[in-house]
Amino acid sequence: MKEEKKKTNQPRWADLNLSNEKLVKMYRDMLMIRRFEERAAQEYGKGKIGGFCHLYIGQEATGVGAIAPLREDDYIYTAYRDHGQAIARGMDINGCMAELFGKVTGVSKGIGGSMHFYDLSKGFMGGWGIVGGHPPLAAGSAFATKYQGKDSVTICFMGEASTNQGVFHETLNMAELWKLPVIFICENNGYGMGTAISRAMAGEHLFEKASGYEMARGAVNGMDVIEMYREMSIAIKRAREKSLPTFLEARTYRFRGHSMSDPGQYRTKEEIDEYKKRDPIETFGRELVAEGVLKESDLESMDEQIKADVQKAVEFADASPQPPLEMLHENIYG
Amino acid sequence: MAVLQIREAINQAIDEEMQRDPGVFIMGEEVAQYNGAYKVTQGLWKKYGDKRVIDTPITEAGFAGIGIGAAMTGIGVRPIVEMMTWNFAILAFDQIMNHAAKARYMSAGQFSMPIVFRGPNGPAHMLGAQHSQALESMVAHVPGLIVMTPSTPYDAKGMLKAAIRDNNPVIFMESELMYGIKGEVPDEEYIIPIGKGDIKREGTDVTIIAWTKMVAVALKAADELQKEGISAEVIDPRTIRPLDEELILESVRKTNRCVIVEDSWPFASVGTEIAHRIHTKAFDDLDAPVEKINSADVPMPYAENLEHEALPNPEKVIAAVKKVLYR
Repeated sequence: MKEEKKKTNQPRWADLNLSNEKLVKMYRDMLMIRRFEERAAQEYGKGKIGGFCHLYIGQEATGVGAIAPLREDDYIYTAYRDHGQAIARGMDINGCMAELFGKVTGVSKGIGGSMHFYDLSKGFMGGWGIVGGHPPLAAGSAFATKYQGKDSVTICFMGEASTNQGVFHETLNMAELWKLPVIFICENNGYGMGTAISRAMAGEHLFEKASGYEMARGAVNGMDVIEMYREMSIAIKRAREKSLPTFLEARTYRFRGHSMSDPGQYRTKEEIDEYKKRDPIETFGRELVAEGVLKESDLESMDEQIKADVQKAVEFADASPQPPLEMLHENIYG
Repeated sequence: MAVLQIREAINQAIDEEMQRDPGVFIMGEEVAQYNGAYKVTQGLWKKYGDKRVIDTPITEAGFAGIGIGAAMTGIGVRPIVEMMTWNFAILAFDQIMNHAAKARYMSAGQFSMPIVFRGPNGPAHMLGAQHSQALESMVAHVPGLIVMTPSTPYDAKGMLKAAIRDNNPVIFMESELMYGIKGEVPDEEYIIPIGKGDIKREGTDVTIIAWTKMVAVALKAADELQKEGISAEVIDPRTIRPLDEELILESVRKTNRCVIVEDSWPFASVGTEIAHRIHTKAFDDLDAPVEKINSADVPMPYAENLEHEALPNPEKVIAAVKKVLYR
């Protein structure tokens, strides 16, 4: 596949049926995530955002490339590093920023916080804080759609550290056993909090964990939005048409700490700089310009527009009220 | 009116709800081809097939989570998840406490959670420490969960039907030793609402509060006490959370004395909470502090004599009643 692309002068996504409009949207989504989170880090520093705040910076291509090929009636589950996927799914950035600020205008009305973004109307099922706890829920979502005869698929992001949890394996077993239309996207950023994968996982090939369940599996360059889109398209087709699960290891890297309080002493500056050379947004932007999809000046004006939108989101969040006190006791039962 | 065992009453409730709503299904270990470890699901697989009566691998956290994820999609699916016993459900407590109980709240009401987790709870007979735990206080501690525990076939059927129709996660706790207990069950449909307790025996001198297996212990004690001229009222809250506090307080305001009987451990038990509520909300009506009878504060031993020693029994209840009566 890769050797063939140089034979013609077509872009490497020629086989993917991607319109220029869609390509630009993917670039814009990645840049929006980046700028949104850079601002979130600043606001965290100012004390506007509390608790834990896990940034997705560096991993944008994984979320955007995985979500872009989905339909509106598909479902998305993720862990606590959830801002990126929420934005990629088209959730309102004002609501996302307001959620970080703990305001009633937030996507979870300020009750969820950074780790618990939800938007059922967009099939965005969260936003879960227990490492490895949510994969069975995603399998359950796939179970439900299959039970009801729908051809929706469910995708489930998780960090690589969650694959050491028992329930992850329980879930893969049942997903394959019951042929559930679910795609597990393991975002392997190399570190479970501050513990390098080599210090936490036996074996070298993470995606082969799925081989014990004879599940379709593979690794993909998670720093490349086109490769993510390509592999996800195949997995989504398998899920939608054959009701079969897939396990994808997306190799990626987070440029920031695990959370805002990460001293970062477990990895070197050289390592981070090396990965930054492969910045998924810069590389894709250059490629779009090289292929004539966008002009250099388009990239700049888009960035300006996004920064202005994020600024408005911050202003919106800041001006929004906190949840009323009576909300403390609401929505426990229904 | 038919006379049914509790297992048959529960079976009827599941069967009727599955007939009524195609979104209801049951999953768990041995629920289908084996007809249930305790034969509660007898005949359902034959009737409804693989799609709706689903044998799972032995993987409690995994299938509990699958049930939760299915319930919260909001597309009309209502899972009943059978736990072979609540001892094994401890493996699924992350799913139940961290996920099922919190999804609605964390999402500010976006998610509904129409799911029932059901199975036997509490000590049975000579099963040893890992199979003899009454865990209602652990689940009742968690906001977002409903906890129900029936003591008769009539209650079991009506309560389970309410649980299956509810849009909250319901913990439904049965008892191995009670599955064979018989009682009258009406032929026509009925529902026992969540949060509604029941007076199992009326009395005037003392209130005995008990649920599940302990109701029979309390009633036996009440019979014995009657012979001594002591009239005991037996209250079965049926739902542990939300608790029918008014029913309990009303009874205590009448009798002025109360004994709580439970086969869970004493520390931070459901009885502790009930006693606290009575002490703070009916203090002026009390003629004695509320007494509690629990299982011994030990992991359950296997030896028959030691197990007997550990469990509540009518004699212990009678002694506690006499204590609150100063007799």
